[in-house]
Amino acid sequence: MNENTKIKVEHLDLYIGKQHILKDINIEIPENKLTIILGPSGCGKTTLLKCMNRLTDLYHDVKINGSIFIDNEDVLHTKTDVTEIRKKMGLLSQRPFPLPMNIYNNVAYGLKISGRRNKKALDARVENYLKQVNLWDEVFDRLHEPASKLSIGQQQRLCLARGLAVDPEIILADEPTSALDPISSETIERKFEELKQQYTIVMVTHILRQARRIADYVIFMYMGEVIEQGPAKEFFENPKMERTKAYLQGAFN
Amino acid sequence: MIVLFYNRKTKNRISTAWMYIAISFVVLLPFILGLGLYFKSSLLFSENSLGDLLFSKVWKPSIGKFGFLTFIMGSVWVTFIAMLISAPICIFAALSITQYSKKFYLKIIHPVIDILAGLPSVVYGVWGIIVVVPFISTVIAPLFGAQTMGYSILAGAIVLSVMIIPFILNILIEIFRTIPIELTEASLSLGATKWETIKYVLLKKALPGIIASLGFGLARAFGETMAVLMVVGNMVQIPKNVFDAGYPLPALIANNYGEMLSIPKYESALMFAALILFVVVMVFNALMRMLIVRYDKY
Amino acid sequence: MLKKIEEIFFRSLMLISNLLIVSVLVIILYSIFRKGLGALNWEMLTQRPHGGYYYGKEGGVLNAIVGSLYLSFGATLLATVIGVPVALFMNVYLVKRRKILNFIRFLLDLIWGVPSIVYGAFGFGLMVFLGIKTSLLAGIITVTLFILPIMIRACDEILKTSPLGLLEAALSLGSTKTETSFRVVLIQSFSGIVTAILLSFGRAIGDAASVLFTAGYTDSIPTSLNEPAATLPLSIFFQLSSPVPEVQNRAYASAVILIIIILVISLLSRALSKKYHKNRI
Repeated sequence: MNENTKIKVEHLDLYIGKQHILKDINIEIPENKLTIILGPSGCGKTTLLKCMNRLTDLYHDVKINGSIFIDNEDVLHTKTDVTEIRKKMGLLSQRPFPLPMNIYNNVAYGLKISGRRNKKALDARVENYLKQVNLWDEVFDRLHEPASKLSIGQQQRLCLARGLAVDPEIILADEPTSALDPISSETIERKFEELKQQYTIVMVTHILRQARRIADYVIFMYMGEVIEQGPAKEFFENPKMERTKAYLQGAFN
Repeated sequence: MIVLFYNRKTKNRISTAWMYIAISFVVLLPFILGLGLYFKSSLLFSENSLGDLLFSKVWKPSIGKFGFLTFIMGSVWVTFIAMLISAPICIFAALSITQYSKKFYLKIIHPVIDILAGLPSVVYGVWGIIVVVPFISTVIAPLFGAQTMGYSILAGAIVLSVMIIPFILNILIEIFRTIPIELTEASLSLGATKWETIKYVLLKKALPGIIASLGFGLARAFGETMAVLMVVGNMVQIPKNVFDAGYPLPALIANNYGEMLSIPKYESALMFAALILFVVVMVFNALMRMLIVRYDKY
Repeated sequence: MLKKIEEIFFRSLMLISNLLIVSVLVIILYSIFRKGLGALNWEMLTQRPHGGYYYGKEGGVLNAIVGSLYLSFGATLLATVIGVPVALFMNVYLVKRRKILNFIRFLLDLIWGVPSIVYGAFGFGLMVFLGIKTSLLAGIITVTLFILPIMIRACDEILKTSPLGLLEAALSLGSTKTETSFRVVLIQSFSGIVTAILLSFGRAIGDAASVLFTAGYTDSIPTSLNEPAATLPLSIFFQLSSPVPEVQNRAYASAVILIIIILVISLLSRALSKKYHKNRI
């Protein structure tokens, strides 16, 4: 394994019922970089992302073969403590889903779950993470209102804060800007640029321009297969595969 | 006429008219029901105050005394105990069905719930007589040092609880299924276990729905007739414990239909009992609906 | 550690709840079949009660079986004629009128919950008002009222999920195309609607409280709508209150017959709805 590889996927196959959704996936995701998983909708990007923290466990009829190593530990191994693994990864989904509680508790939730109940320490951390996502100024005077009352853009930033609060090493983001207005999208993108100093970020998107803007490393998927992967510059300027070229020139959709 | 029928426009007009008639009828039905029952029981109101009717326990139709308290209390007891039994069972079963169960188990449990929901009231009553009543008189009552034939509030409540389980459970399953899976995903990826996710997120999100489903179940239980009637003992007394026989409102109506024409005002009294059931059930259901609608907005 | 124990505790409660639900069905079916199968014979199914039947002499419950079938067919037919157009109307004409639609659904949900004994009492009042005596007709009218909300709501649920319904509704806003849209929507959702009708039929055949006052009871098989009719649930009820053991056993046998009818209906509608929503478990 490459020294600064954070996540390594080996021979991953995934079936839902009889459908072969992911086909022999082999990828390496570098540490403290922003990796984009790119591809047209329905190519299996989101499924791949959900494999990484085993959210696939929630679905019926899913069969997975292969391994996903995070720091040399196989996520898919049955003996792995899923809860511990999941703590290493923050998740940002397509639309924000704030927990059914107030703003404060949304951020404090993960901390309280892992047993940190000191009020002062919690207060400080909640403030810190809300500041990190530039939300503090907007909500500091209504921390005890339901999170569902925030705007969508605010909710998405809250979801990011709540994910950061549990000290993950990796951020998994599934088209995190697709439901947002341009300004909120930009905030999230810029936040990612900062966060990648400390976190390994894996982001799924089908927006080519977005990938060009922020990617360090690109994995291109099509119909459940990885077609090409490599550093962003190389990928965009000098793609090797015909399919990639066609995609970059806009031949798909 | 036949010629008219072949004319498409006329055909269209007739079918449209029929739809308007049908829908007006359906919309008016609850009001017709309520007013009809009120009208039929009005004879009773002319001589008794509403307070007397509801809160007096003197039931002497032959001298024109109609106090419904005994029957109301009978209904309240049976319904309340049935809810105590079925509410936890339904909530736990719904959680396991929606959150933990494998597909092959769902293929078993769904038909089981469907069949339980479809079994007629009388069948539950028969089961109550064969199994529940003897079980109470020979096993449960001696355990508490009580003596009973088995025909009791408890028998009615047990039978009733089984009857409303599929009803409540189906609503609960629906409620848990409509919670977006992303919420579970979010909680899990914050390091919560599955149970913590259920405890802190799902139950909280579903709370109004859970209350409503129990409310619907309660309303359903309150009006259930035949099965309860067959096992509850039907003695005009306010029960003091669960081993006493009781006499719920629906049983009162069902048992006395033959006599109702022989004593003046008796028919009116039975219609009033039906009116009580109607109002309680309507009000309860309306409140629960509003609870759900209000919560849907968030 | 405490977390683990808590989770195990609640998971066992869940397991127990599931076990209770499944086993209670098994116990119900087992206990009734065990008592009833012995008394169930060909005579039960094919004979009317003869003189002395209620003292244990020969005869059967054909009167009740046929009475129940007549009554349920009649009521289901009537409810279909009223209910299906209403459900179609709601999902084609009213689909854009959210407020009215929600109000109607609200009302339907309310009367859906009204207990059958209340319909029974109301039906009796209606009967007196209309001047008809206890009869098949009075029973059919009462049961129709009782299953109508069930039928409409079930059809409504089916039509609501039919995407074509929405599309056609959008097309037919001018109401010129209603005819076609009805035809298309109806065909599209046909098996779903049949399921809803079966469901209502099952409710009709199983209910006793609504026909207690209205359908009367007789040992003969009704030949016209004006004659009283026996029903299976009521015959179970009456036979069970007899002190004669043979008659009680026949009550159990009648219960077996009723359960089998209900199971057949349930199986039929399951098969149909499986065909209808392929993805539903």
